Amino acid sequence: MSDEPVLTVRDLRLWYGTPRGSVRAVDRISLEIGAGETLGLVGESGSGKSTLGRGILGLLPEGARSDGEVLYKGRNLVGASQRELRRLRGPELGLIFQEPMTRLDPLMRIEDQFRETLQQHESKLTNADIRRRSLDTLGRMGIPPTRFRQYPHEFSGGMRQRIMIALALVLRPSLLVADEPTTALDVIVEAQILRILADLKENFGTALLLITHNLGIVAEACDHVAVMYAGQIVEEGPARDVFAEPKHPYTRELLRSTISLDTERLHSIPGAPPNLITPPTGCHFHPRCPDIMRICPVKDPIETRHDGDRRVLCWLHGPEREIPPGGSEPIEQERIAVAEEA
Amino acid sequence: MSAAADPLVSVRGLKTYYSIRGSFLDRLVGRTGAAVRAVDDISLDLRKGEVLGLVGESGSGKTTLGRTILGLVPATSGSVEFEGRDITKLSASDLRELRRRMQIVFQDPHASLNPAMTIAQAVGHPLEIHGLAHDRDQVRARVAEVLERVGLSPVEQFMDKYPSDLSGGQKQRAVIARAIILNPVLLVADEPVSMLDMSVRAKILELMLALKRDFDLTYLYVTHDLATAKFFCDRIAIMYLGRIVEIGPSEAIYEDPKHPYTQALLRAIPEPDPRRTIPRDLPRGEVPDASRPPLGCHFHPRCPRAFEVCGWEARDLKELLERRWAQMGEEGFDKERAAVGPAESLNEPATQARLHGHGGASGAELAGLLERARSADPADPFWTGVKRIAAENGALEVDWFDPVDPRLLPSGPVEVECHLYDEAALAEAAERRGARIP
Repeated sequence: MSDEPVLTVRDLRLWYGTPRGSVRAVDRISLEIGAGETLGLVGESGSGKSTLGRGILGLLPEGARSDGEVLYKGRNLVGASQRELRRLRGPELGLIFQEPMTRLDPLMRIEDQFRETLQQHESKLTNADIRRRSLDTLGRMGIPPTRFRQYPHEFSGGMRQRIMIALALVLRPSLLVADEPTTALDVIVEAQILRILADLKENFGTALLLITHNLGIVAEACDHVAVMYAGQIVEEGPARDVFAEPKHPYTRELLRSTISLDTERLHSIPGAPPNLITPPTGCHFHPRCPDIMRICPVKDPIETRHDGDRRVLCWLHGPEREIPPGGSEPIEQERIAVAEEA
Repeated sequence: MSAAADPLVSVRGLKTYYSIRGSFLDRLVGRTGAAVRAVDDISLDLRKGEVLGLVGESGSGKTTLGRTILGLVPATSGSVEFEGRDITKLSASDLRELRRRMQIVFQDPHASLNPAMTIAQAVGHPLEIHGLAHDRDQVRARVAEVLERVGLSPVEQFMDKYPSDLSGGQKQRAVIARAIILNPVLLVADEPVSMLDMSVRAKILELMLALKRDFDLTYLYVTHDLATAKFFCDRIAIMYLGRIVEIGPSEAIYEDPKHPYTQALLRAIPEPDPRRTIPRDLPRGEVPDASRPPLGCHFHPRCPRAFEVCGWEARDLKELLERRWAQMGEEGFDKERAAVGPAESLNEPATQARLHGHGGASGAELAGLLERARSADPADPFWTGVKRIAAENGALEVDWFDPVDPRLLPSGPVEVECHLYDEAALAEAAERRGARIP
């Protein structure tokens, strides 16, 4: 990690009102991404991972509120004006969505999509510059220049996603947020796109926040991983270490329930992720946790740091001085009926 | 196929084509447009009590095959025998009668349930459709029974709820309950867990395995996901562009995949084990247009091991040039593109192409361009298929060897449709290597 992270998030909270109460989608999250570094953000649906990704870029729905700090190169984006955010989005902060087809204008040739994007942010470019920059970026994504004048519908799904990535990269942003960029793609094409994302740091030096529900994708493409549950990061650290030896029971159970070619026995986590209006008291995972202790439902867990660059939000890892006598005694987990499951 | 007792489903020479509507004029003069060969001459047996996985990427034809077997999509030709009757020849009413015995579970549980029906109404609906709902209390009792069986208990909590009140996993359980309420013998499960969160998938798969045991069901599991298929299936059929390219017992397919496509699919799965990474030599490109499939083996343009007999043709040269141009600087591209021109002859499935030089470029210059492309990547399998390159009368002529269509042949415990496992094709390739004109 370089000295000055590209992105520093500190105590970020994002919430929005619904008729049933306020949804705390992101609940005091802190994280850092350095230049050329890839952070994988994993969680199940409803964990708040997409809200966090959008919140960092200031792309929250009307009525959403935020609090805390999102420092991009030292500038706090929380509370920044819409105008300033719009100016930063593109040349500084890039975004890649899940559905490439719905994000390209179907009536515009690829050439014109690039022209519009580049002219919007770098008005001094000549036509020749625009063409060179576009073809160069597309070429690195494996899109031949012969197809520069075609329309989005003339491309396959994987090519559209490559075009989307090229469209984000052509402005050379320092930070790229990719929200489930391969979910709609077939496995071989997914692997091709993951290769491109894994090579981003060498080719572009971009900091990447990769949001996914698939732990396999994180293992393939990311240096660091942050695991989200019910609006909080419950564990973070170097991907290799976290996968080899997960500290949080949720990370461990999620890894065990992922069906891969190595899976020998099916495993699942009982119950369902909680709603974010009235999450469980104490540790939000306690109703589903196989390692539940007396303290877990009663007291909010405190983040602890381990081995230098790992952190975990779980009473199993202390801090000891905060646990009252008898607090670490295991207790019987209530049986969760199928009726309560996801 | 093995000599197992009567198969439950026996598919022979099945073709399902979707016609692409031509122009107004075409229709006026009765010309038919092109066709997408979604299922292209497939034969297989589904044995009673087994789980057969149909695995492939989008566009492989796996979903169409599953639906044709149920009679939901009309077959173009061939036969599908279910319990001894050819369903492709049955009338609509006979087919409906038969559907009691064959059911389907779709991918999206949210779209599979009518939002205006309660769970009890939805699950009991098949009884009504098939005229088995004589008495309300009886229907309700039967619905309660199947809901209990799929784990939606206490059932009173679910009977009168609407789909929007249920989680994804719960909805899929309700969809499964609806599928088993008529006591079917065959269940086609089309990606039943791929829309669900990781932590729920195992539960639904376990439920389906338990139901299979208890009710003696036979499953056709349609999926793109080789990881869940490994767990779930007794046998696996790998599909690519309407064809089965490899079929055999699961253990054999996973332990020793034969077809280069099967090998690629297995290696491309992102594994949560950080010690393993995705290999760099993945097949290039994507599944091509099924209305104009590649000549010979449909997989050859992407295959890292393709050779002389696999069906190399003009369109492969176009792709080769485009790959070259994508990596080239703008100036190099502009120059080469100007010399090659639009090269329309490279858009056709043909084993001969004639390229006229543009902007004053001679045939010899075009030949030089091809030589540069070859020396940039001499190991590209494309070059094995080129029979002759010659500059004649200001044009460039390229000939490829004739395509040889692969057939599904036994190889150890599996059957595979690949020339690498066909002695005759290997011998033919060796002969061609000698016959190449430099």
